[in-house]
Amino acid sequence: MSFLEYRVKQAPIGLRKVLYLNWPLVVLIAAVASVGFLMLYSIAGGNLDPWARRQMQVFGVGMALMFMVAMVPIWFWRSMAGLGYLVAFLLLILVEIMGETNMGAQRWINLGFIQFQPSEMMKFTLVMMLASYYDWLDPKRVSRPLYVLIPVLLTIAPTVLVLMQPNLGTSLMLLLAGAAVMFAAGVSLWYFAGVLALVVGAVVGVFTLRGTPWQFLHDYQYTRIDTFLNPGADPLGAGYNIIQAQIALGSGGWSGKGYMQGTQSRLNFLPEKHTDFIFTTLAEEFGFVGAFSLLVLYALIIGFCLIAVFQNRDRFSALLIVGVAANFFFYIAVNLSMVMGMAPVVGVPLPLLSYGGSAMLVLLVGFGLVQSAHVHRPR
Amino acid sequence: MRRNPRETEESNRLLNRRTLLMGGAMGAMVAVLGARMRYLQVEQADEFKLLAEENRISIRLIPPDRGLIRDRNGRLIADNEQNFRVIITREAAGDAELVLRRLANVIPMTAEELDRTIEEVKSLRAFVPVTVAERLSWEDFSKVALNAPALPGVTPEVGLSRQYPLDTDFAHVVGYVGPVSEKDLEALTAPDPLLRIPKFQIGKIGVEKWMEDTLRGKAGTKRIEVNSAGRVMRELERQEGETGTDIRLTIDAGVQNFAQARLGEESAAVVVMDVTNGDIICCASSPSFDPNLFVRGISHADYRTLMDNDHRPLANKTVSGAYPPGSTFKMVTALAALEAGVITAETRVRCPGYIEYGGRRFHCWKRGGHGSVGLVRSLSESCDVYYYDIAQKVGIDKIAEMGRRLGLGQRFDLPMSAITEGIMPNKQWKMERHKQDWRIGDTINASIGQGYVLTSPLQLAVMTARLASGRAVVPRLIRMVNERELPIPEAPHLGLNQKDLDGIHLGMYEVVNGEQGTAKSSRIVDPTLVMAGKTGTSQVRNITAAEREAGVISNDQLPWNRRDHALFVGYAPYDAPRYAISVVVEHGGGGSTAAAPIARDVILRALSDGLPPLEAYPSSQRGRIESMLKELPLRDPVSGTTRTRTAT
Repeated sequence: MSFLEYRVKQAPIGLRKVLYLNWPLVVLIAAVASVGFLMLYSIAGGNLDPWARRQMQVFGVGMALMFMVAMVPIWFWRSMAGLGYLVAFLLLILVEIMGETNMGAQRWINLGFIQFQPSEMMKFTLVMMLASYYDWLDPKRVSRPLYVLIPVLLTIAPTVLVLMQPNLGTSLMLLLAGAAVMFAAGVSLWYFAGVLALVVGAVVGVFTLRGTPWQFLHDYQYTRIDTFLNPGADPLGAGYNIIQAQIALGSGGWSGKGYMQGTQSRLNFLPEKHTDFIFTTLAEEFGFVGAFSLLVLYALIIGFCLIAVFQNRDRFSALLIVGVAANFFFYIAVNLSMVMGMAPVVGVPLPLLSYGGSAMLVLLVGFGLVQSAHVHRPR
Repeated sequence: MRRNPRETEESNRLLNRRTLLMGGAMGAMVAVLGARMRYLQVEQADEFKLLAEENRISIRLIPPDRGLIRDRNGRLIADNEQNFRVIITREAAGDAELVLRRLANVIPMTAEELDRTIEEVKSLRAFVPVTVAERLSWEDFSKVALNAPALPGVTPEVGLSRQYPLDTDFAHVVGYVGPVSEKDLEALTAPDPLLRIPKFQIGKIGVEKWMEDTLRGKAGTKRIEVNSAGRVMRELERQEGETGTDIRLTIDAGVQNFAQARLGEESAAVVVMDVTNGDIICCASSPSFDPNLFVRGISHADYRTLMDNDHRPLANKTVSGAYPPGSTFKMVTALAALEAGVITAETRVRCPGYIEYGGRRFHCWKRGGHGSVGLVRSLSESCDVYYYDIAQKVGIDKIAEMGRRLGLGQRFDLPMSAITEGIMPNKQWKMERHKQDWRIGDTINASIGQGYVLTSPLQLAVMTARLASGRAVVPRLIRMVNERELPIPEAPHLGLNQKDLDGIHLGMYEVVNGEQGTAKSSRIVDPTLVMAGKTGTSQVRNITAAEREAGVISNDQLPWNRRDHALFVGYAPYDAPRYAISVVVEHGGGGSTAAAPIARDVILRALSDGLPPLEAYPSSQRGRIESMLKELPLRDPVSGTTRTRTAT
């Protein structure tokens, strides 16, 4: 479908586009981000620095970016999908060669003015790439092995590069996002069943090869899994994070200890409380009521995205929204599972809440694409 | 690529179906997350709350202020002084070494101390405060405060620490405090958690040790919030402890100071006791030491000096020294014989200068003998043969029993360290102790306070007080606890025949005041302050046959530690006894020359409100006494403290 096939006349033009934005989504995103600011302010002991102020600035920039991306017609973004993917892929290779090492992992590329994680960029370029691939592909052929192999390779290649950094969390996210788009595009369920079987096999393989020269994962990754399986074994060592996080959560109780009264987080018992573990602070200070409310907010964001999918008859747009929403969801699910002791600790932030400029910007650009798809949907 | 609308419609439906499926799965996942949240935050909340509380709350103890110790008139003996100290926290200091080097220019610190502190600061965690210097002068302390901008991380702090303003005067009685040692902790079954506070000080000896429970007080607590690194974040709650209870001793600091000064560098002890109620007015042991040295942590060199001194400054000779009482024991022998009825006050014994029993010759100190001797003269001239004779008639068991009644051979329960029981031997004791039968020679030796008999100056003072009052006076050292008088039970009568006692009293009067009295040069001429007493000279060696052949060797010719001990016991005023006194001068020579003059001076000091009145001394001695008193290194009485003695 070329852009001429859109009924351009019916798409809003100029500043009128602003009225056609998916406003509930904008409000929900701003609400969740505001919760994040509150939490970062609290964690810093009632201080805008070092986190809350910077996060607000990044969010401001991100919102501006989101609007800019939303204003640009979706067919432009579709035409950029291939290029974007290629650039992100090359940057991933570049970072592998000359990236800066941060906390034992090569993830960052220093562009001089900003530190930049190409793996973050890959998150939405992969979704765009796959969406445009399925837009191009005849729906009748989606389940043919060759045409299944292409998106699988498109997904696996960056995943492997990210895994080599090493960044288990993000590579897992890429894999899941790719799978989600393929699933929505209508790839036969048998493939998914097969992959599931393979994953189970791989897990067995990972553990049987442990300790041999061919082991798949880094030692710290194994440790994380061990710790997840039995956090009590070493409460002051590797299991410390999980146990302290659960204490924070649990001690919040029904209504929490009150804003800025979280003892666990304010007293530094919580690790990475401003990034991956930010949810624990929220749960501690606002209790079950607060934590569940946040969950509802997240569910609403995903819900509105999925409604936008149903409203959108453009295949690229629909798949793009599905990909972004799925990616968003997987972040939430993995992060919360990890924090609540249902999954091993993998370095996955909580979207819109965790402190981190790069992730926030990427997420908002992703939502910008969703908005663009929504504004420019065929009517 | 062109597609027909039907196909597009179909693929779109599939996409929507799959999306719906995915949405359902996501919804299920959200439900699972919500359920988990509920499980942790609602069902398990209590358990986690408890864990969180344990995480953050730490209870710290606040050491209580130690109770003060005063003399009977309220003069401070053990005080809590403000201790100006300087602490440093590495975390706040930045470059701790640089700051410490700057600090060393401000306050007195040796290079060695500086290096040690730098070492200590570096070895501890960054937020742990380290004490750099203690007991700074106010000037140095203010200098640190003034230079605060150049000394980041350095905090001047004020705490309390024990101080003994009367230093050497009460070293033996009151003792000193020191940091809790492992040994201290092991000795207790359930040690007060206070004792685990670093650098917490407890009584180590003397009253400080034995009244520890009273003086210590109760710890306060503060609940503080700590973070995962143990750093204190804020104080949540504070519960003040109880200050230790103040106590007042029965000792008069003025008399104590006089006695201590009067003893000078002699290895000697003086105990003054109130005859009427047992109050110990003075309990001086010399030489003494400065207990403040121990509180501050005594240097090795200082400790060595104290330990190596053959006059044993660390020993409290008043209660732990056990000496043969010599002739001061003669009242016991006489009373035992009088009570047993083997003699009367009028019974006379002939003293040819020696007596023979079982082929052994026992000498009187006077080679030529005293001739015919009665009770009074036996005391005033201290005839030995008289006692050899009557002791042998009455037997050791009766003598020992009398000794015990008068307070010898028993341990008085006073809050002082190393109180000796002494030895009041009898037949059974010797059998148990030496597995030997008691022999007549033992009785003869014991009759004049030699042989196995050992007494402490305290016991001798008690004996004298009991002789003077005829009552079983019990010594006591604590007058008030928390400013409330402790009750004194009236001492029961000893059940001695008054006529017998009168005889003894007369004898003791004659010792000091008689023409031939052994202590006549130490008499008090003021008729209201007349003193009675008994001298004693106890041998610390056996006189060998060779020495006897060569004649009695003068004490001056012997090395110090082989000379005789000089003793004196006495009481005054004679007609209304108020104070009993005992003086022991180790290796001092004769009791009449070395001990009696001290006893007179001290008892006069106790009986008067200031220095001993010169009019109480015989006129021929006044000039000498006056210059002697002038040269005594007495402490100025602290202005403002009352010097009136409360009547009892």
